[in-house]
Amino acid sequence: MAEILNGILLALEKIFSLDRELLNVSLLTCKVSGAATLISVVLGLPLGFVLSLTDFPGKRFVISTVNMGMGLPPVVVGLVVSLFLWRDGPLGFLELIYTPAAMILAQAIIATPLVAAFTLAALQQVRERYSLQIAALGATPWQEFWLLVREARRGILAAIIAGFGAVVSEVGASMMVGGNIKGETRVLTTAIVMEVSRGRFADAIALSLVLLFLLFAAVFLLTWLQQGGEREL
Amino acid sequence: MRTSCKRPLLLTFFCLGLLLLLVAGGCSTAKNSAKKEIILATTTSTQDSGLLDVLIPAFEKKYGYKVKVIAVGSGQAIAMGAKGRADVLLTHAPAAEKKELVDKGLVKDYRQVMYNDFLLVGPPEDPAGVRGEKVLTALKKIAAGHFLFLSRGDDSGTHKKELELWQKAGIKPGGAWYQETGTGMGQTLDIALEKKGYTLTDRATFLTFVRNRKEKMIVVAEKDPELLNYYHVAAVNPDKFPAVNYRGAKAFVDFLTGEEGQKMIAAFGQKEFGQSLFIPAAK
Repeated sequence: MAEILNGILLALEKIFSLDRELLNVSLLTCKVSGAATLISVVLGLPLGFVLSLTDFPGKRFVISTVNMGMGLPPVVVGLVVSLFLWRDGPLGFLELIYTPAAMILAQAIIATPLVAAFTLAALQQVRERYSLQIAALGATPWQEFWLLVREARRGILAAIIAGFGAVVSEVGASMMVGGNIKGETRVLTTAIVMEVSRGRFADAIALSLVLLFLLFAAVFLLTWLQQGGEREL
Repeated sequence: MRTSCKRPLLLTFFCLGLLLLLVAGGCSTAKNSAKKEIILATTTSTQDSGLLDVLIPAFEKKYGYKVKVIAVGSGQAIAMGAKGRADVLLTHAPAAEKKELVDKGLVKDYRQVMYNDFLLVGPPEDPAGVRGEKVLTALKKIAAGHFLFLSRGDDSGTHKKELELWQKAGIKPGGAWYQETGTGMGQTLDIALEKKGYTLTDRATFLTFVRNRKEKMIVVAEKDPELLNYYHVAAVNPDKFPAVNYRGAKAFVDFLTGEEGQKMIAAFGQKEFGQSLFIPAAK
Protein backbone atom coordinates (compact mmCIF):
# COMPACT_ATOMS: atom_id res chain seq x y z
CA MET A 1 0.00 0.00 0.00
CA ALA A 2 2.83 2.37 0.93
CA GLU A 3 4.37 1.70 -2.45
CA ILE A 4 1.20 2.67 -4.25
CA LEU A 5 0.83 5.90 -2.25
CA ASN A 6 4.49 6.78 -2.66
CA GLY A 7 4.19 6.03 -6.35
CA ILE A 8 1.23 8.34 -6.75
CA LEU A 9 2.93 11.13 -4.79
CA LEU A 10 6.11 10.83 -6.85
CA ALA A 11 3.99 10.68 -9.96
CA LEU A 12 2.18 13.91 -9.10
CA GLU A 13 5.50 15.57 -8.35
CA LYS A 14 6.80 14.55 -11.77
CA ILE A 15 3.66 15.72 -13.51
CA PHE A 16 3.54 19.11 -11.82
CA SER A 17 7.24 19.79 -12.20
CA LEU A 18 6.72 19.16 -15.94
CA ASP A 19 9.38 16.46 -16.06
CA ARG A 20 11.02 16.80 -19.47
CA GLU A 21 11.08 13.12 -20.32
CA LEU A 22 7.46 12.73 -19.28
CA LEU A 23 6.51 15.73 -21.40
CA ASN A 24 8.32 14.39 -24.48
CA VAL A 25 6.71 10.99 -24.18
CA SER A 26 3.23 12.48 -23.68
CA LEU A 27 3.62 14.84 -26.61
CA LEU A 28 4.75 12.05 -28.91
CA THR A 29 1.82 9.92 -27.80
CA CYS A 30 -0.57 12.72 -28.78
CA LYS A 31 1.09 13.17 -32.14
CA VAL A 32 1.27 9.51 -33.09
CA SER A 33 -2.17 8.47 -31.90
CA GLY A 34 -3.74 11.71 -33.13
CA ALA A 35 -2.32 11.24 -36.61
CA ALA A 36 -3.33 7.58 -36.65
CA THR A 37 -6.86 8.54 -35.62
CA LEU A 38 -7.01 11.17 -38.33
CA ILE A 39 -5.94 8.67 -40.99
CA SER A 40 -8.46 6.15 -39.69
CA VAL A 41 -11.16 8.82 -39.92
CA VAL A 42 -10.18 9.78 -43.45
CA LEU A 43 -10.32 6.13 -44.52
CA GLY A 44 -12.90 4.72 -42.14
CA LEU A 45 -15.66 7.31 -42.48
CA PRO A 46 -16.02 7.04 -46.27
CA LEU A 47 -15.84 3.27 -45.97
CA GLY A 48 -18.62 3.35 -43.40
CA PHE A 49 -20.65 5.72 -45.61
CA VAL A 50 -20.32 3.54 -48.67
CA LEU A 51 -21.09 0.32 -46.83
CA SER A 52 -24.17 1.70 -45.13
CA LEU A 53 -25.70 3.75 -47.93
CA THR A 54 -25.12 1.60 -50.99
CA ASP A 55 -26.04 -1.93 -51.87
CA PHE A 56 -23.82 -4.22 -53.88
CA PRO A 57 -23.21 -7.96 -54.19
CA GLY A 58 -20.93 -9.34 -51.49
CA LYS A 59 -21.78 -6.49 -49.15
CA ARG A 60 -22.39 -8.84 -46.21
CA PHE A 61 -18.97 -10.35 -46.65
CA VAL A 62 -17.27 -6.93 -46.68
CA ILE A 63 -19.22 -5.86 -43.59
CA SER A 64 -18.24 -9.06 -41.80
CA THR A 65 -14.63 -8.38 -42.65
CA VAL A 66 -14.83 -4.83 -41.30
CA ASN A 67 -16.54 -6.04 -38.14
CA MET A 68 -13.85 -8.64 -37.66
CA GLY A 69 -11.31 -5.86 -38.06
CA MET A 70 -12.71 -4.29 -34.90
CA GLY A 71 -11.14 -7.11 -32.95
CA LEU A 72 -7.85 -7.04 -34.83
CA PRO A 73 -5.17 -7.96 -32.25
CA PRO A 74 -2.60 -5.14 -32.09
CA VAL A 75 0.32 -7.55 -31.74
CA VAL A 76 -0.67 -9.28 -34.96
CA VAL A 77 -0.86 -5.91 -36.72
CA GLY A 78 2.54 -5.08 -35.22
CA LEU A 79 4.05 -8.30 -36.48
CA VAL A 80 2.67 -7.93 -40.00
CA VAL A 81 3.73 -4.28 -40.27
CA SER A 82 7.19 -5.22 -38.96
CA LEU A 83 7.55 -8.02 -41.49
CA PHE A 84 6.80 -5.55 -44.25
CA LEU A 85 9.00 -2.74 -42.94
CA TRP A 86 12.08 -4.63 -41.76
CA ARG A 87 15.07 -4.11 -44.03
CA ASP A 88 14.63 -7.56 -45.54
CA GLY A 89 10.88 -7.00 -45.99
CA PRO A 90 9.11 -5.86 -49.17
CA LEU A 91 8.88 -2.24 -47.98
CA GLY A 92 12.24 -2.22 -46.19
CA PHE A 93 13.68 0.31 -48.63
CA LEU A 94 11.38 2.97 -47.18
CA GLU A 95 13.42 2.85 -43.95
CA LEU A 96 10.32 3.32 -41.87
CA ILE A 97 10.80 0.65 -39.20
CA TYR A 98 11.43 2.07 -35.71
CA THR A 99 10.08 5.51 -36.65
CA PRO A 100 6.94 7.35 -35.51
CA ALA A 101 5.63 6.92 -39.07
CA ALA A 102 5.66 3.13 -38.67
CA MET A 103 3.72 3.47 -35.43
CA ILE A 104 1.17 5.75 -37.08
CA LEU A 105 0.76 3.20 -39.85
CA ALA A 106 0.20 0.30 -37.46
CA GLN A 107 -2.18 2.28 -35.27
CA ALA A 108 -4.15 3.51 -38.30
CA ILE A 109 -4.60 -0.12 -39.36
CA ILE A 110 -5.96 -0.90 -35.90
CA ALA A 111 -8.31 2.10 -35.75
CA THR A 112 -9.72 2.19 -39.30
CA PRO A 113 -11.99 -0.87 -38.98
CA LEU A 114 -13.26 0.49 -35.66
CA VAL A 115 -14.17 3.85 -37.17
CA ALA A 116 -15.70 2.23 -40.25
CA ALA A 117 -17.74 -0.29 -38.28
CA PHE A 118 -19.13 2.25 -35.79
CA THR A 119 -19.97 4.68 -38.61
CA LEU A 120 -21.62 1.90 -40.54
CA ALA A 121 -23.76 0.86 -37.58
CA ALA A 122 -24.81 4.43 -36.80
CA LEU A 123 -25.76 5.25 -40.39
CA GLN A 124 -27.58 2.00 -41.00
CA GLN A 125 -29.76 2.69 -38.00
CA VAL A 126 -30.79 6.19 -39.10
CA ARG A 127 -31.18 5.07 -42.68
CA GLU A 128 -33.72 2.43 -41.69
CA ARG A 129 -35.57 4.98 -39.63
CA TYR A 130 -35.63 7.99 -41.96
CA SER A 131 -34.94 7.04 -45.56
CA LEU A 132 -38.60 6.72 -46.52
CA GLN A 133 -39.44 10.09 -44.99
CA ILE A 134 -36.49 11.76 -46.66
CA ALA A 135 -37.40 10.29 -50.01
CA ALA A 136 -41.01 11.39 -49.51
CA LEU A 137 -39.81 14.96 -48.97
CA GLY A 138 -38.18 14.82 -52.38
CA ALA A 139 -34.56 15.18 -51.31
CA THR A 140 -31.77 14.82 -53.85
CA PRO A 141 -29.26 12.03 -53.11
CA TRP A 142 -26.77 14.58 -51.74
CA GLN A 143 -29.37 16.12 -49.51
CA GLU A 144 -30.32 12.69 -48.30
CA PHE A 145 -26.69 11.88 -47.58
CA TRP A 146 -26.15 15.02 -45.49
CA LEU A 147 -29.39 14.52 -43.62
CA LEU A 148 -28.44 10.97 -42.70
CA VAL A 149 -24.92 11.95 -41.67
CA ARG A 150 -26.37 14.73 -39.57
CA GLU A 151 -28.72 12.34 -37.84
CA ALA A 152 -25.93 9.85 -37.25
CA ARG A 153 -23.36 12.37 -36.02
CA ARG A 154 -23.36 11.10 -32.44
CA GLY A 155 -22.60 7.61 -33.63
CA ILE A 156 -19.88 8.97 -35.89
CA LEU A 157 -18.24 10.85 -33.04
CA ALA A 158 -18.45 7.67 -30.97
CA ALA A 159 -16.58 5.98 -33.82
CA ILE A 160 -13.78 8.54 -33.56
CA ILE A 161 -13.65 8.20 -29.77
CA ALA A 162 -13.40 4.43 -30.11
CA GLY A 163 -10.62 4.72 -32.67
CA PHE A 164 -8.55 7.13 -30.58
CA GLY A 165 -9.14 5.17 -27.40
CA ALA A 166 -7.98 1.96 -29.04
CA VAL A 167 -4.73 3.32 -30.41
CA VAL A 168 -3.67 5.52 -27.52
CA SER A 169 -3.89 2.60 -25.10
CA GLU A 170 -2.42 0.01 -27.45
CA VAL A 171 1.06 -1.30 -26.65
CA GLY A 172 1.80 -4.46 -28.64
CA ALA A 173 2.07 -2.95 -32.09
CA SER A 174 3.78 0.26 -30.92
CA MET A 175 6.44 -1.73 -29.11
CA MET A 176 7.10 -3.95 -32.10
CA VAL A 177 7.22 -1.42 -34.92
CA GLY A 178 8.47 1.53 -32.86
CA GLY A 179 11.00 -0.23 -30.67
CA ASN A 180 10.45 2.07 -27.65
CA ILE A 181 13.38 4.28 -28.64
CA LYS A 182 14.06 7.06 -26.20
CA GLY A 183 13.08 10.47 -27.52
CA GLU A 184 11.84 9.04 -30.79
CA THR A 185 9.31 6.25 -30.56
CA ARG A 186 8.80 5.97 -26.82
CA VAL A 187 5.11 6.58 -26.14
CA LEU A 188 3.22 6.35 -22.85
CA THR A 189 2.23 2.70 -23.13
CA THR A 190 5.64 1.38 -24.19
CA ALA A 191 7.32 3.53 -21.54
CA ILE A 192 5.02 2.03 -18.90
CA VAL A 193 6.02 -1.50 -19.91
CA MET A 194 9.69 -0.53 -19.76
CA GLU A 195 9.51 1.22 -16.39
CA VAL A 196 7.72 -1.76 -14.88
CA SER A 197 10.42 -4.08 -16.17
CA ARG A 198 13.02 -1.75 -14.67
CA GLY A 199 11.20 -1.86 -11.37
CA ARG A 200 10.61 1.90 -11.38
CA PHE A 201 7.00 1.80 -10.35
CA ALA A 202 6.64 5.49 -9.49
CA ASP A 203 7.59 6.41 -13.04
CA ALA A 204 5.18 3.81 -14.35
CA ILE A 205 2.39 5.23 -12.22
CA ALA A 206 3.17 8.78 -13.39
CA LEU A 207 3.00 7.68 -17.00
CA SER A 208 -0.23 5.81 -16.36
CA LEU A 209 -1.84 8.86 -14.77
CA VAL A 210 -0.89 11.00 -17.75
CA LEU A 211 -2.25 8.36 -20.12
CA LEU A 212 -5.55 8.20 -18.27
CA PHE A 213 -5.76 11.98 -18.19
CA LEU A 214 -5.04 12.22 -21.90
CA LEU A 215 -7.67 9.64 -22.69
CA PHE A 216 -10.15 11.43 -20.49
CA ALA A 217 -9.37 14.84 -22.02
CA ALA A 218 -9.77 13.57 -25.57
CA VAL A 219 -12.94 11.67 -24.84
CA PHE A 220 -14.31 14.60 -22.85
CA LEU A 221 -13.71 16.97 -25.75
CA LEU A 222 -15.37 14.65 -28.22
CA THR A 223 -18.26 13.91 -25.88
CA TRP A 224 -18.76 17.61 -25.32
CA LEU A 225 -18.96 18.13 -29.07
CA GLN A 226 -21.27 15.14 -29.37
CA GLN A 227 -23.72 16.20 -26.68
CA GLY A 228 -23.47 19.92 -27.52
CA GLY A 229 -24.58 19.15 -31.03
CA GLU A 230 -27.65 17.46 -29.68
CA ARG A 231 -28.76 20.40 -27.53
CA GLU A 232 -28.82 22.70 -30.54
CA LEU A 233 -31.56 20.62 -32.14
CA MET B 1 -29.73 24.80 -38.38
CA ARG B 2 -28.06 22.24 -40.51
CA THR B 3 -24.69 24.00 -40.38
CA SER B 4 -24.76 24.34 -36.61
CA CYS B 5 -25.32 20.65 -36.24
CA LYS B 6 -22.43 19.65 -38.43
CA ARG B 7 -20.06 21.82 -36.48
CA PRO B 8 -18.97 19.24 -33.91
CA LEU B 9 -17.79 16.94 -36.67
CA LEU B 10 -16.03 19.74 -38.49
CA LEU B 11 -14.35 20.89 -35.29
CA THR B 12 -13.11 17.37 -34.68
CA PHE B 13 -11.61 17.20 -38.14
CA PHE B 14 -9.98 20.56 -37.58
CA CYS B 15 -8.31 19.41 -34.34
CA LEU B 16 -7.10 16.20 -35.96
CA GLY B 17 -5.80 18.15 -38.96
CA LEU B 18 -3.73 20.37 -36.70
CA LEU B 19 -2.24 17.26 -35.14
CA LEU B 20 -1.28 15.87 -38.52
CA LEU B 21 0.56 19.05 -39.37
CA LEU B 22 2.49 18.77 -36.13
CA VAL B 23 3.45 15.20 -36.93
CA ALA B 24 4.41 16.00 -40.50
CA GLY B 25 6.78 18.62 -39.12
CA GLY B 26 8.28 16.11 -36.71
CA CYS B 27 8.75 13.45 -39.37
CA SER B 28 10.49 15.66 -41.87
CA THR B 29 13.16 16.64 -39.35
CA ALA B 30 13.69 12.98 -38.53
CA LYS B 31 14.23 12.08 -42.21
CA ASN B 32 17.18 14.44 -42.63
CA SER B 33 19.31 12.57 -40.15
CA ALA B 34 18.56 9.14 -41.64
CA LYS B 35 22.09 8.50 -42.85
CA LYS B 36 23.58 9.18 -39.46
CA GLU B 37 21.54 6.60 -37.64
CA ILE B 38 22.41 3.16 -36.38
CA ILE B 39 20.12 0.51 -34.97
CA LEU B 40 21.50 -1.27 -31.92
CA ALA B 41 19.85 -4.55 -31.04
CA THR B 42 20.71 -5.44 -27.49
CA THR B 43 19.56 -7.27 -24.39
CA THR B 44 17.12 -5.86 -21.91
CA SER B 45 19.75 -6.02 -19.16
CA THR B 46 21.86 -3.25 -20.71
CA GLN B 47 18.82 -0.99 -20.92
CA ASP B 48 17.12 -1.96 -17.67
CA SER B 49 20.32 -1.48 -15.68
CA GLY B 50 20.72 2.03 -17.10
CA LEU B 51 24.15 1.34 -18.65
CA LEU B 52 23.03 2.46 -22.09
CA ASP B 53 21.70 5.73 -20.68
CA VAL B 54 25.33 6.54 -19.92
CA LEU B 55 27.10 5.03 -22.94
CA ILE B 56 24.78 6.07 -25.76
CA PRO B 57 24.77 9.86 -25.18
CA ALA B 58 28.59 9.84 -24.90
CA PHE B 59 28.90 7.88 -28.15
CA GLU B 60 26.38 10.06 -29.97
CA LYS B 61 28.20 13.19 -28.87
CA LYS B 62 31.63 11.92 -29.90
CA TYR B 63 30.75 10.38 -33.28
CA GLY B 64 27.63 12.30 -34.29
CA TYR B 65 25.53 9.18 -34.89
CA LYS B 66 22.04 8.77 -33.54
CA VAL B 67 21.60 5.35 -31.93
CA LYS B 68 18.24 3.64 -32.03
CA VAL B 69 18.24 1.17 -29.19
CA ILE B 70 16.02 -1.87 -29.60
CA ALA B 71 16.14 -3.69 -26.27
CA VAL B 72 14.98 -7.29 -26.60
CA GLY B 73 16.18 -10.69 -25.41
CA SER B 74 19.58 -11.88 -26.68
CA GLY B 75 17.84 -14.50 -28.80
CA GLN B 76 15.79 -11.90 -30.63
CA ALA B 77 18.75 -9.53 -30.91
CA ILE B 78 20.82 -12.29 -32.52
CA ALA B 79 17.94 -13.07 -34.89
CA MET B 80 17.73 -9.38 -35.82
CA GLY B 81 21.44 -9.43 -36.63
CA ALA B 82 21.11 -12.64 -38.63
CA LYS B 83 18.49 -10.99 -40.83
CA GLY B 84 20.25 -7.66 -41.17
CA ARG B 85 17.52 -5.85 -39.29
CA ALA B 86 20.04 -4.07 -37.07
CA ASP B 87 23.47 -2.49 -37.64
CA VAL B 88 25.21 -3.47 -34.44
CA LEU B 89 24.57 -6.02 -31.69
CA LEU B 90 25.42 -6.09 -28.00
CA THR B 91 24.44 -9.44 -26.55
CA HIS B 92 25.40 -12.00 -23.94
CA ALA B 93 24.93 -15.49 -25.30
CA PRO B 94 28.43 -16.40 -26.56
CA ALA B 95 27.61 -19.93 -27.67
CA ALA B 96 24.62 -18.85 -29.75
CA GLU B 97 26.46 -15.79 -31.10
CA LYS B 98 29.26 -18.01 -32.36
CA LYS B 99 26.99 -20.62 -33.88
CA GLU B 100 24.40 -18.34 -35.44
CA LEU B 101 26.41 -15.26 -36.39
CA VAL B 102 30.19 -15.58 -36.35
CA ASP B 103 30.45 -19.03 -37.97
CA LYS B 104 28.02 -18.01 -40.70
CA GLY B 105 29.93 -14.83 -41.47
CA LEU B 106 26.91 -12.66 -40.74
CA VAL B 107 28.81 -10.27 -38.47
CA LYS B 108 32.18 -8.53 -38.48
CA ASP B 109 34.33 -7.12 -35.70
CA TYR B 110 33.03 -9.57 -33.11
CA ARG B 111 34.61 -8.33 -29.89
CA GLN B 112 34.28 -9.07 -26.21
CA VAL B 113 33.29 -5.95 -24.26
CA MET B 114 32.65 -6.78 -20.63
CA TYR B 115 31.22 -9.29 -18.25
CA ASN B 116 29.00 -9.33 -15.27
CA ASP B 117 27.86 -12.29 -13.32
CA PHE B 118 24.64 -14.13 -12.89
CA LEU B 119 23.16 -14.68 -9.47
CA LEU B 120 20.88 -17.39 -8.23
CA VAL B 121 18.37 -15.52 -6.08
CA GLY B 122 15.43 -16.57 -3.95
CA PRO B 123 13.14 -15.72 -1.04
CA PRO B 124 14.77 -14.79 2.30
CA GLU B 125 13.26 -17.88 3.93
CA ASP B 126 15.34 -20.00 1.53
CA PRO B 127 12.98 -22.99 1.67
CA ALA B 128 15.40 -25.21 -0.26
CA GLY B 129 18.23 -24.39 2.17
CA VAL B 130 20.71 -23.73 -0.61
CA ARG B 131 22.25 -20.42 0.46
CA GLY B 132 26.00 -20.40 -0.07
CA GLU B 133 26.03 -23.55 -2.18
CA LYS B 134 27.74 -23.84 -5.55
CA VAL B 135 25.21 -23.02 -8.21
CA LEU B 136 24.95 -26.52 -9.67
CA THR B 137 24.44 -28.09 -6.23
CA ALA B 138 21.80 -25.46 -5.44
CA LEU B 139 19.92 -26.19 -8.66
CA LYS B 140 20.00 -29.92 -7.96
CA LYS B 141 18.52 -29.36 -4.51
CA ILE B 142 15.81 -27.04 -5.85
CA ALA B 143 14.85 -29.60 -8.47
CA ALA B 144 14.97 -32.53 -6.05
CA GLY B 145 12.69 -30.77 -3.55
CA HIS B 146 10.44 -29.34 -6.25
CA PHE B 147 10.85 -25.79 -4.95
CA LEU B 148 9.40 -23.13 -7.23
CA PHE B 149 11.81 -21.92 -9.90
CA LEU B 150 10.96 -19.11 -12.32
CA SER B 151 12.56 -19.35 -15.74
CA ARG B 152 12.65 -16.45 -18.20
CA GLY B 153 11.61 -18.86 -20.93
CA ASP B 154 12.15 -16.18 -23.58
CA ASP B 155 15.28 -17.39 -25.36
CA SER B 156 17.24 -14.49 -23.83
CA GLY B 157 20.89 -14.71 -22.84
CA THR B 158 19.88 -15.31 -19.25
CA HIS B 159 17.48 -18.05 -20.30
CA LYS B 160 20.14 -19.73 -22.43
CA LYS B 161 22.55 -19.57 -19.50
CA GLU B 162 19.95 -21.08 -17.20
CA LEU B 163 19.32 -23.99 -19.58
CA GLU B 164 23.06 -24.53 -19.85
CA LEU B 165 23.32 -24.72 -16.05
CA TRP B 166 20.47 -27.23 -15.79
CA GLN B 167 22.18 -29.33 -18.41
CA LYS B 168 25.46 -29.22 -16.52
CA ALA B 169 23.57 -30.20 -13.36
CA GLY B 170 22.17 -33.16 -15.27
CA ILE B 171 18.57 -32.12 -14.78
CA LYS B 172 15.73 -31.75 -17.27
CA PRO B 173 13.58 -29.14 -15.54
CA GLY B 174 9.84 -29.48 -15.87
CA GLY B 175 6.67 -29.90 -13.87
CA ALA B 176 4.63 -27.62 -11.70
CA TRP B 177 7.66 -26.31 -9.76
CA TYR B 178 9.33 -25.02 -12.94
CA GLN B 179 7.46 -22.07 -14.44
CA GLU B 180 8.35 -20.03 -17.51
CA THR B 181 7.44 -16.34 -17.31
CA GLY B 182 8.17 -15.40 -20.93
CA THR B 183 9.03 -11.84 -19.88
CA GLY B 184 12.05 -9.65 -19.20
CA MET B 185 14.37 -9.91 -16.22
CA GLY B 186 12.77 -7.19 -14.12
CA GLN B 187 9.34 -8.66 -14.51
CA THR B 188 10.56 -12.18 -13.84
CA LEU B 189 12.11 -10.92 -10.59
CA ASP B 190 8.76 -9.37 -9.71
CA ILE B 191 7.06 -12.69 -10.23
CA ALA B 192 9.72 -14.57 -8.25
CA LEU B 193 9.32 -12.09 -5.40
CA GLU B 194 5.54 -12.38 -5.32
CA LYS B 195 5.49 -16.15 -5.65
CA LYS B 196 8.51 -16.73 -3.38
CA GLY B 197 10.43 -18.66 -5.99
CA TYR B 198 14.05 -18.93 -7.09
CA THR B 199 15.36 -17.49 -10.32
CA LEU B 200 18.55 -16.77 -12.21
CA THR B 201 19.30 -13.08 -12.82
CA ASP B 202 22.14 -10.87 -13.95
CA ARG B 203 23.71 -8.80 -11.19
CA ALA B 204 22.98 -5.41 -12.75
CA THR B 205 19.24 -5.96 -13.02
CA PHE B 206 19.09 -7.53 -9.56
CA LEU B 207 20.85 -4.62 -7.83
CA THR B 208 18.59 -2.12 -9.57
CA PHE B 209 15.58 -4.24 -8.70
CA VAL B 210 16.43 -4.53 -5.01
CA ARG B 211 17.04 -0.80 -4.78
CA ASN B 212 13.82 0.14 -6.53
CA ARG B 213 11.59 -2.39 -4.86
CA LYS B 214 13.13 -2.00 -1.40
CA GLU B 215 12.07 -5.56 -0.76
CA LYS B 216 14.01 -8.55 0.26
CA MET B 217 15.22 -11.22 -2.05
CA ILE B 218 18.48 -12.92 -1.21
CA VAL B 219 21.43 -14.01 -3.28
CA VAL B 220 21.71 -17.76 -2.97
CA ALA B 221 24.73 -18.42 -5.19
CA GLU B 222 27.25 -15.99 -6.68
CA LYS B 223 30.90 -15.57 -7.70
CA ASP B 224 30.93 -19.05 -9.17
CA PRO B 225 32.93 -19.39 -12.42
CA GLU B 226 29.86 -21.11 -13.85
CA LEU B 227 27.97 -17.85 -13.43
CA LEU B 228 30.08 -15.46 -15.51
CA ASN B 229 28.16 -13.61 -18.19
CA TYR B 230 30.14 -12.31 -21.18
CA TYR B 231 28.90 -9.50 -23.42
CA HIS B 232 30.06 -9.21 -27.01
CA VAL B 233 29.56 -6.48 -29.54
CA ALA B 234 29.45 -7.11 -33.29
CA ALA B 235 28.80 -5.14 -36.45
CA VAL B 236 26.40 -6.77 -38.87
CA ASN B 237 28.25 -7.71 -42.07
CA PRO B 238 27.51 -5.16 -44.83
CA ASP B 239 28.63 -7.67 -47.51
CA LYS B 240 25.62 -9.80 -46.59
CA PHE B 241 23.21 -6.94 -45.96
CA PRO B 242 23.88 -3.84 -48.08
CA ALA B 243 21.44 -1.70 -46.08
CA VAL B 244 23.62 -1.95 -42.97
CA ASN B 245 25.30 1.23 -41.79
CA TYR B 246 28.69 -0.38 -41.28
CA ARG B 247 30.64 2.80 -40.60
CA GLY B 248 28.32 3.68 -37.75
CA ALA B 249 28.37 0.14 -36.43
CA LYS B 250 32.16 -0.02 -36.54
CA ALA B 251 32.37 3.29 -34.70
CA PHE B 252 30.16 1.84 -31.97
CA VAL B 253 32.32 -1.29 -31.69
CA ASP B 254 35.43 0.88 -31.43
CA PHE B 255 33.83 3.08 -28.83
CA LEU B 256 32.75 0.23 -26.55
CA THR B 257 36.05 -1.61 -26.76
CA GLY B 258 38.14 1.57 -26.68
CA GLU B 259 39.60 3.28 -23.65
CA GLU B 260 36.79 5.76 -23.14
CA GLY B 261 33.98 3.22 -23.36
CA GLN B 262 35.77 0.76 -21.10
CA LYS B 263 36.35 3.45 -18.48
CA MET B 264 32.71 4.42 -18.53
CA ILE B 265 31.67 0.78 -18.12
CA ALA B 266 33.99 0.38 -15.11
CA ALA B 267 32.65 3.54 -13.49
CA PHE B 268 29.01 2.67 -14.04
CA GLY B 269 27.30 1.73 -10.79
CA GLN B 270 30.13 2.85 -8.47
CA LYS B 271 28.24 5.86 -7.25
CA GLU B 272 24.87 4.22 -6.81
CA PHE B 273 25.76 0.73 -5.66
CA GLY B 274 29.39 1.04 -4.52
CA GLN B 275 30.36 -1.63 -7.04
CA SER B 276 30.76 -1.92 -10.78
CA LEU B 277 27.78 -3.58 -12.40
CA PHE B 278 29.81 -4.60 -15.44
CA ILE B 279 33.52 -5.41 -15.51
CA PRO B 280 35.26 -4.08 -18.64
CA ALA B 281 37.05 -6.88 -20.47
CA ALA B 282 37.70 -5.77 -24.04
CA LYS B 283 39.39 -8.43 -26.15
